[in-house]
Amino acid sequence: MTVTSALSVRGLNKSFGALVVAQAIDVELAPGARVGLIGPNGAGKTTFVNLLTGFLKPDSGTIALEGTPIEAMSPEMRVQRGLARTHQINTLLREDTARDNVAIAIAERKKYAWRMMRYTPQWKHCTEQADALLRDMGIADVGSRQVRELPYGQQRLLEIAIALALKPRVLLLDEPAAGVPSEEAHRIHDVLAKLPSDIAILIIEHDMEVIFRFAREIIVLLQGRVLTRGAPAQIKDDPEVRAVYLGRTVV
Amino acid sequence: MTKPSSTTTLAPAALAPISKLWATVGHVLPWAIAIGFFFVAEGSLSIGTQIMIWILFALSLDLILGYAGIVTLGHAAFFGVGAYAAGLFSIHFSPDPLIGHIFAIVVSGLLGLVTGALILHTTGVTFLMLTLATVSLIFEFGNQTRWLTGGDDGLQGMRVDPIFGMFEFNIFGQTAYVYALVVLFIWFLFSWRLMHSPFGRSLDGIRQNSRRMRAIGTPVWWRLLAIYGISAAMAGSAGALLAHSTRFVGLSSLSLLTSGIVTVMLILGGTRKLYGAFIGAAIYYLVQDSTAKINPHFWEFIVGGMLIITVLFLEGGLMDLGRIGRRLISRFRQRSDLP
Ligand SMILES: Nc1ncnc2c1ncn2[C@@H]1O[C@H](COP(=O)(O)OP(=O)(O)O)[C@@H](O)[C@H]1O
Ligand SMILES: [Mg+2]
Repeated sequence: MTVTSALSVRGLNKSFGALVVAQAIDVELAPGARVGLIGPNGAGKTTFVNLLTGFLKPDSGTIALEGTPIEAMSPEMRVQRGLARTHQINTLLREDTARDNVAIAIAERKKYAWRMMRYTPQWKHCTEQADALLRDMGIADVGSRQVRELPYGQQRLLEIAIALALKPRVLLLDEPAAGVPSEEAHRIHDVLAKLPSDIAILIIEHDMEVIFRFAREIIVLLQGRVLTRGAPAQIKDDPEVRAVYLGRTVV
Repeated sequence: MTKPSSTTTLAPAALAPISKLWATVGHVLPWAIAIGFFFVAEGSLSIGTQIMIWILFALSLDLILGYAGIVTLGHAAFFGVGAYAAGLFSIHFSPDPLIGHIFAIVVSGLLGLVTGALILHTTGVTFLMLTLATVSLIFEFGNQTRWLTGGDDGLQGMRVDPIFGMFEFNIFGQTAYVYALVVLFIWFLFSWRLMHSPFGRSLDGIRQNSRRMRAIGTPVWWRLLAIYGISAAMAGSAGALLAHSTRFVGLSSLSLLTSGIVTVMLILGGTRKLYGAFIGAAIYYLVQDSTAKINPHFWEFIVGGMLIITVLFLEGGLMDLGRIGRRLISRFRQRSDLP
């Protein structure tokens, strides 16, 4: 089989007791894809990311990353194979500096984090690369600051920086601008627009303007089910989608 | 010791910058005291040996509790098993203390890996309960196997040869003291490097947020298992020192109370600094020793009181007093610099 898809999800099912949060979900991400995942709160979007990354175990279904089945793998193995994510709620090392948050991810990717005796020049390399990445993200100035002192918006950018440090093939962005005041959100949207084009990206985002601009395909999730999917223009005009979701947020 | 060039590399932002002078003083002082004590202590060297054994034990706990955030009450299992391993080795195989010591390190390290592999997938209270169960089981095993361990009479009849065939364990305790000091120093250097490395940093990351670490691909379970085994081996080494220096191993070395005491020492001195173990164990021991003469239970009040004060006011343990002192001094200096 030729590997034409970066991520291929087939028939994914998951229930929490009686609550069905994923029902026969199929998703294909081609290399470099830009897919938006939308749906009302509680639709199961974050759960979907957790299922893909291995933080939750699906009841059934298959997940293939560049042709390799990964559903039996631990979260860390999936990351090592090129599946990275950001979190809807900041998940950072709050006592460490922004630079070190990124450097640790780089060290982990380079299999350098098992080094037990001392820091060697390789660690310095990691921190230099971390600085470069922070610079690309436009937050070079916060490298030496402790994460818990950073404004929320910059912590959100750091979430993305850490994921990029892993050099993923597939990136899952869970509401990257969640909780950021709208006058600051543009900084995050600018970063999104500049993400490397060879990475396949699935983005969950509530700002419809952002998602219509960013995504080439949109999947609408409702109660764990794919309600509909298609090109942004198509989704925008879909009366069903308007009724359950867009009607509330789009002017 | 070699000058650690990486004093600032662990959680650097959390610490006020320490001047080179202060850092050097901080590194030299404990060892200078330990060496000086050898020459002035005369009759009380064995107390010094005991303190160093507890420092080593507390140091091993700092690696898992302080750095990796593994909250355990079962650490005495490794200390006690190390002591029994050293004791039994000297009785049944060879009285050579160094081979016995290595044997103890291996046995307790393996025990750490095996028990760790069984319980490290759990966290929090579940993990705590499982460590409790582990240490209780091993205690009971030691209690029941009288034929092997001597049960509650303790393990007696140990023979310990001179170290390198030259330095006899004499009644003044000089050999035991130097032996303990050297072993402590080696483990300290090892721990220092271990914690100031990418590996040590990843443990600190796991303590802060294990979910984050999993999301960057850290094999969290393996990392924790590695440090759990290393820490167990170190605790076993402390146990072996105890066995060799006293030629006796009691069941109490395996008891829950022992786990509790070493935890109190570490919290008292300060976690995640390595030197916290030094201060905590020394203070605990000295307070116990000096106040027990007044009233056998008095020291418990003192230690309890100190612990409460530490936990409430000194986030970083008694070692914070040093930092507060430094800050006061520098403020005083600044003020006197003013015209
Ligand atoms: N670990 C869990 N256990 C039980 N229910 C959960 C769990 N995680 C999420 N849920 C529930 O699953 C549903 C979908 O949640 P989520 O995926 O977070 O929604 P979304 O991200 O689309 O807002 C919600 O009703 C939520 O309460
Ligand atoms: Mg969500």
